[in-house]
Amino acid sequence: MMVMPSLKRIISCVLVASTLSGVVAFAQPTQSNTLSISAAFEFTSLDPSKNGFVFSRMQILETLLDVDADGLLIPALADRWEVSQDAKTWTFHLREGVHFHDGPLMDADAVVNSLSFAQAKHGALSNAPIDSIKALDKNTVVIQLSRPYTLLGAVLANYANGIFSPAAYGKDGEVLALSATGPYQLYQFAPPHKLVVEKFDDYWGKKASIPYASYLTGHRAESRVLQARSGQVDIVFGLDPASLPSLKRLPSLDLYSNAIPRTIVLKVNSGHPFLKEISARQALSLAINRKGIANGILRTPNSEAEQLMPASLSNWHLDGVSMRRGAQEASAEDLLASLGWKKNAKGQLERDGKVFELTLITYADRPELTTVATAIQAQWQAIGVTTKVEVTNSSAIPMGHQDGSLEVALIARNYGFIADPLGVMLSDFGSNGGGDWGAMNWNNSEISQLLMSLESVSDPKEYKNIAQRSAQLIYDERPVIPVTFYVQQTSVNKRVKGFRFDPFERSFLLNEMEFVKP
Amino acid sequence: MKAMLLKRALQLVTVVWGVGTLTFVLMRSLPGDMAYRIAASRYGQDNVNSDAAALVRQELNLDQSAFVAYWHWLLDLLQFNLGHSLVSGLPVIDAIQHMLGHSLLLALSGLLISILIAVPIGLFCAWRGNPLDSVFMGLSSVIRATPVFVLGVLFILLFALHWNWFPVAGFGTPAHLVLPALTLALSLAAVSNRVVRDSAKQTFQAAFYQFSKVKGLSAWQTFKRHGARNIAVPVVAFFGIQLVSMIEGIVMIESLFSWPGIGHGLAHAIFARDIPVIQGAALVMGMLFVALNTLVDILCLWIDPRGAREA
Repeated sequence: MMVMPSLKRIISCVLVASTLSGVVAFAQPTQSNTLSISAAFEFTSLDPSKNGFVFSRMQILETLLDVDADGLLIPALADRWEVSQDAKTWTFHLREGVHFHDGPLMDADAVVNSLSFAQAKHGALSNAPIDSIKALDKNTVVIQLSRPYTLLGAVLANYANGIFSPAAYGKDGEVLALSATGPYQLYQFAPPHKLVVEKFDDYWGKKASIPYASYLTGHRAESRVLQARSGQVDIVFGLDPASLPSLKRLPSLDLYSNAIPRTIVLKVNSGHPFLKEISARQALSLAINRKGIANGILRTPNSEAEQLMPASLSNWHLDGVSMRRGAQEASAEDLLASLGWKKNAKGQLERDGKVFELTLITYADRPELTTVATAIQAQWQAIGVTTKVEVTNSSAIPMGHQDGSLEVALIARNYGFIADPLGVMLSDFGSNGGGDWGAMNWNNSEISQLLMSLESVSDPKEYKNIAQRSAQLIYDERPVIPVTFYVQQTSVNKRVKGFRFDPFERSFLLNEMEFVKP
Repeated sequence: MKAMLLKRALQLVTVVWGVGTLTFVLMRSLPGDMAYRIAASRYGQDNVNSDAAALVRQELNLDQSAFVAYWHWLLDLLQFNLGHSLVSGLPVIDAIQHMLGHSLLLALSGLLISILIAVPIGLFCAWRGNPLDSVFMGLSSVIRATPVFVLGVLFILLFALHWNWFPVAGFGTPAHLVLPALTLALSLAAVSNRVVRDSAKQTFQAAFYQFSKVKGLSAWQTFKRHGARNIAVPVVAFFGIQLVSMIEGIVMIESLFSWPGIGHGLAHAIFARDIPVIQGAALVMGMLFVALNTLVDILCLWIDPRGAREA
């Protein structure tokens, strides 16, 4: 690991002050041997429970199980695993010949050590019903559960549960070095902006061909687009859709548009006096022009969402939802009129002397949310609902849920955060009333029971039936109102070949890429 | 000189205590729950929830009273310990070193280039007068009125995209410094060239300056003996003030060029309610303010020793 020393900065300063035009690259990674990546997110810590997503994407850390493009679990550091009849004992057989970046071979003790530390930190593993994690022999780890929990595999595949060398941890479990097992190892760590990785020659799987890869945080979408245009960055994630037409004309770039399991949804306080009736929530949903938002604001046609999950998550996706809509639903105005809402002289809906006014909060971490929020504000205004939009920090959503002050929130929810969407569904709808990022004051005991029952269902058919019933309930009662699905826009310079997008955003798949020979 | 240094040392202690206390009070007065804010920055938007906030609250002992927290901070400060970031857990001093190092590098480079631009232009305008003076006045006004972000994008379009001379964004090599420093320099020079021009014009029109010409000195000898120092005093003082405001005010440039400076870092720390980092950064910047002012005073005294006699 290398942190830029102050001496180097001084040397840099002197060089610049004296020449101002010299393009001097004295670090070992050069433009010709480094794959450069730019995306919007920052990182501050080595701890996988905090910033593991970036270390997983840069292929430094790996987990016991991996996830394929369809969301199915596949072997990774464990080459096979078994679940007992009662679904309470999970046995993982570790891959042999896996080296940590600091040299030693991975064994069961190292895995138990990593998982035990992960269990004590924030993350899905701390909520799993685990009785014990034990090493059965040198290459076998057994996890004993207190009750059946089918989600365990998906939870173990989460970046927070990466496997590190025992020497990587301090005495209290703090991560002091990123000695993991991936095809790349850490070369430079300069939080919050820059990370450089170097290929790891002792990797157990497909070895990387590109010697170095760098990650640079590009805060502004404009900067990232310009980086792609200039050819100074090879792969740019999170491109502004407005820039796509001009980028498409460049012969040096390939562009990729990939759907990801993230959905823009409105979290609704179903206990609010104006929103407690299902018809009111349905009316607000009907008043949203999703196509307009998808085409005009997000510029991703066909990304409009009537339900939470995209078609790729087939267990949870309801087929033919949009067709059923037209046949059975009345207009938003009719629904609200049936609830006693009438327009006053100012065109605002009023009932019992109270004007239909809502405060919609959203956050600026994802810039498109504020624009979508104002579009919804205008669309609701058209049916007489007055909306005040407040842009705040993402933490205001769980805080507003807990203190009951939240009315409506526009959020971007990642249903693939745990590879099996059940993980997020449980936290959003599993307990009666809802969850921090899901339903609020929506007391539907059936959905809680359905979702809880899925924790112990291993039969795929039964699983799908229950998941479909849950999705239907959410669709019908609208405790959250979906708006659009996310489409990730990526540009890849033609000097790189072998790029493949991971829809679960777990890995940049760097080891599959190579430079095109000139 | 000794008296001035002693006065400044006292000022430094007052600034350190005052800035730290004020930051603490202001941050504590902000609405919203600190634990949630910190959790969002620690674990990311996808992973912040009430469990994470509860964990943060317990780990950082956020339920303790403001007075106790302030007392701990003050005790740590007396031991020159700025504490640890509530978000990353890393020592505040390391984060500030990293950010301030980059900010100083950018600010000093920007200032140096701005001096190289502003001093010749200012002197030239004062010497030649109109119409050149009016042209540069107009140009300076246009550049000053252009947001620094727009200037940066224009430079990127020209130097990074069209000619491909320098990288669009990033840090780590001298080439990465050129465009942000140039953007900063041009925006600074738009004002400082007018300060140089005014100071020079005032000196050129002064009776002592005219007299030195009359007594037979050449234009260059007059400038060297009677012009340079007189012009320099207000100019140096202005550059000193510019440098301080620059270090804390270059957020847009840092953000546009992905430069890990203290302005950007401080803005993020404020969003995250990372009080130790905010206090540490404000404190160091306050100290820097006093140090730079002292340096400017010493420089001005050296340029014009009459100041000491007057004092």
